[in-house]
Amino acid sequence: MVPTQYYLILSAILFGLGAVAFVFRRNIITIFMSIELMLNAVNLAFVAFSQASGKLDGQIFVLFVIVVAAAEAAVGLGIIILTARNRQSLNVERADLLKL
Amino acid sequence: MPILDHLWIIPLLPLLGAAINGLFGLKWPNKIVNTVALGSTGLSFVCAVEAVREFITFVAPTGQVFRKEFFDWIVAGNFRAGFDLQMDQLTVVMVLVVTGVGFLIHIYSTGYMAHEGGYYRFFSYLNLFMFFMLVLVLAANYVLLFVGWEGVGLASYLLIGFYFLRKSASDAGKKAFIVNRIGDFGFMLGMFLLFRTFHTLDFSQLFAAVRSSGMPHEAWGVFGTFTIASLLLFMGATGKSAQLPLYVWLPDAMEGPTPVSALIHAATMVTAGVYVVARSHLLFENSETALVVVAVIGCATAFFAATIGLVQTDIKRVLAYSTVSQLGYMFLACGVGAFSAGIFHLMTHAFFKALLFLAAGSVIHAMGGEQDMRHMGGLSKKIKVTYWTMLVATLAISGAPLFAGFFSKDEILFDDYTEAGSGGHILYAFGLLTALLTSFYMFRLIFLTFHGKQRYDEHHVHVHESPWSMLGPLVVLAVLSIFGGWFALPAFFGGPDYFANFLSPVFHAQEPVGLSEAAAHSLEWTLAIVAVVTATAGFLAAFWLYLRQPGKPEQLAKSLKGIYTTLYNKYYVDELYSAAVVRPLVWLSENVLWKVVDVEAIDGTVNGIAHGAASVGDTVRHTQSGNARSYAVWVVVGALAIIAILFWPNIRPMFGMLIRMTVTR
Repeated sequence: MVPTQYYLILSAILFGLGAVAFVFRRNIITIFMSIELMLNAVNLAFVAFSQASGKLDGQIFVLFVIVVAAAEAAVGLGIIILTARNRQSLNVERADLLKL
Repeated sequence: MPILDHLWIIPLLPLLGAAINGLFGLKWPNKIVNTVALGSTGLSFVCAVEAVREFITFVAPTGQVFRKEFFDWIVAGNFRAGFDLQMDQLTVVMVLVVTGVGFLIHIYSTGYMAHEGGYYRFFSYLNLFMFFMLVLVLAANYVLLFVGWEGVGLASYLLIGFYFLRKSASDAGKKAFIVNRIGDFGFMLGMFLLFRTFHTLDFSQLFAAVRSSGMPHEAWGVFGTFTIASLLLFMGATGKSAQLPLYVWLPDAMEGPTPVSALIHAATMVTAGVYVVARSHLLFENSETALVVVAVIGCATAFFAATIGLVQTDIKRVLAYSTVSQLGYMFLACGVGAFSAGIFHLMTHAFFKALLFLAAGSVIHAMGGEQDMRHMGGLSKKIKVTYWTMLVATLAISGAPLFAGFFSKDEILFDDYTEAGSGGHILYAFGLLTALLTSFYMFRLIFLTFHGKQRYDEHHVHVHESPWSMLGPLVVLAVLSIFGGWFALPAFFGGPDYFANFLSPVFHAQEPVGLSEAAAHSLEWTLAIVAVVTATAGFLAAFWLYLRQPGKPEQLAKSLKGIYTTLYNKYYVDELYSAAVVRPLVWLSENVLWKVVDVEAIDGTVNGIAHGAASVGDTVRHTQSGNARSYAVWVVVGALAIIAILFWPNIRPMFGMLIRMTVTR
């Protein structure tokens, strides 16, 4: 059996990649994908813990995360389409209206 | 003992009246306000009489003090101050005077205040005063007494400033309140000292502790617990009872409506100081110094205020200075250990001084608000009832034989004269001189107001007698002013002094006079005759100056200009206080407290914090770039920081490893 640490290290690497990509990429779709990557890194950690402890809690949590991620993808893609239409661009640098 | 067991009902009734009138009276017609105010005080008087009857029938023969604890108020460690009321012979006198005279003055006020605005407010305050005064005299410990003490001060403040739109009235109210604070400060320190020494402030426990403590009697010049505690309590008394040097508020207090002057500033509240001294007599008796100070201050005040009274022209001010002077007499009596004589004078004074004020109010009412005696004269035929009742009161205060004041004043002078040592004779001499001055200024008031030529314009002033609601109380008080002193009458014929005997369970045996019975008796007669001759001299002087030779007083004032102006300006005491206390305080408040402490320190701190927050915010706001990814960076940094803190023990060796690696390299 594969030791739990391996899963966790993989999960950490994936999460780190996602976080770095989120911060440094400019394309909204890439950023969106990096968010999915982070979510799945977490899912992996959950499943790994679930297997290690022999309880189902982690797996149930993963299902929740998948559902939320699906919903998020639906809403997020809608936002992305609107942004792209309004700005003629997918560059997040130009979506800075959060500033006062 | 239905009422005595529910003693709380006596003070509670006026409080209810005050609450009802104060809350709902605004829209009520005067009649309903009257019913509530008079009903509550009248019932309170009836209850007081019944309680006194029960006390005298059931409790007094046992030689006990009636005392009952109603509920706990402050309990902290071994300290307890409860709502405890007590009744002993001293309380009996005070309760009857307060409720009786108070009720009469309430009746009078319905006539006097009938046309004034704020009718309900006036009666609400007046009832509130009755409540606090009754708490003061019924209290069984110093703390509850102090509640009443402060409460009557509050009521006094409210009523002096009753016409609050007039600046002089609101100023006078503030003056009374602030001057009393100085005295109260001493009173509280006195209480603290007593508590520290005896661990209780309950009268019966405290006085029992004093008796059993075996602490020595403190001779002249020894400043032990008794002396200091007594002097501090007396400091409170000088404030409340308007003695030197804190008397200045009382003459100004005449800004209030006249019934207030009669009730609060003549008959009841200002005698609270005398009551406290009498109540604490055990402390005072243990200290020679305290007694001498009380006697000297009382005597000096009596004489000092009487001299000012000689030349005042405002009818109420004359009476105000007369009150200060008579209160001095009471303290003089207490100071020579004659507490029952002091309380006796307190009672007779309550009758005749309340009467004088009410009659003066009737005169003012008749004159349509005029208070200056120079614009009166010849009123005796127009307002007959007022004239005769006021004459009775004047005879009583001057010490005409068989009137109330004669007996009480005589007792005080007798006790001064027989006081051991040469000091007693000096006190007696000043007391006698004050009696002369009293008789002079009182008859001066009568002659200027009621006799001689008419000095007002009949077309402008329509002189009219007051309604019976005002005259009724005058007549009752006049009767009391005549017969109120007759408790002491048998003493002149070798019989007992009923008043002193009645109070003897409180004050115990009077100090032995050191004279044989017969010698004391003949001395009493001699002194009484001397006092009467003195009073007559005062009367004749006033008669000669103000009736026979109407131009004389002015000539006399001119030839003695220095003395006259000094007296007329009340020895410039107000100006002195203003220069010595008020102005430095105002300067300190303005230049130090306001401009330095308030503006610089307090406002500076607050403003500094605000400026600091603003400038920090100004710097930090640049982190809000509006760029979502930069926020994400902060989230990541924060998450890393939290992980670092949580796992710091696990992470540290890694740092150590890194450092070693770099060093070895």
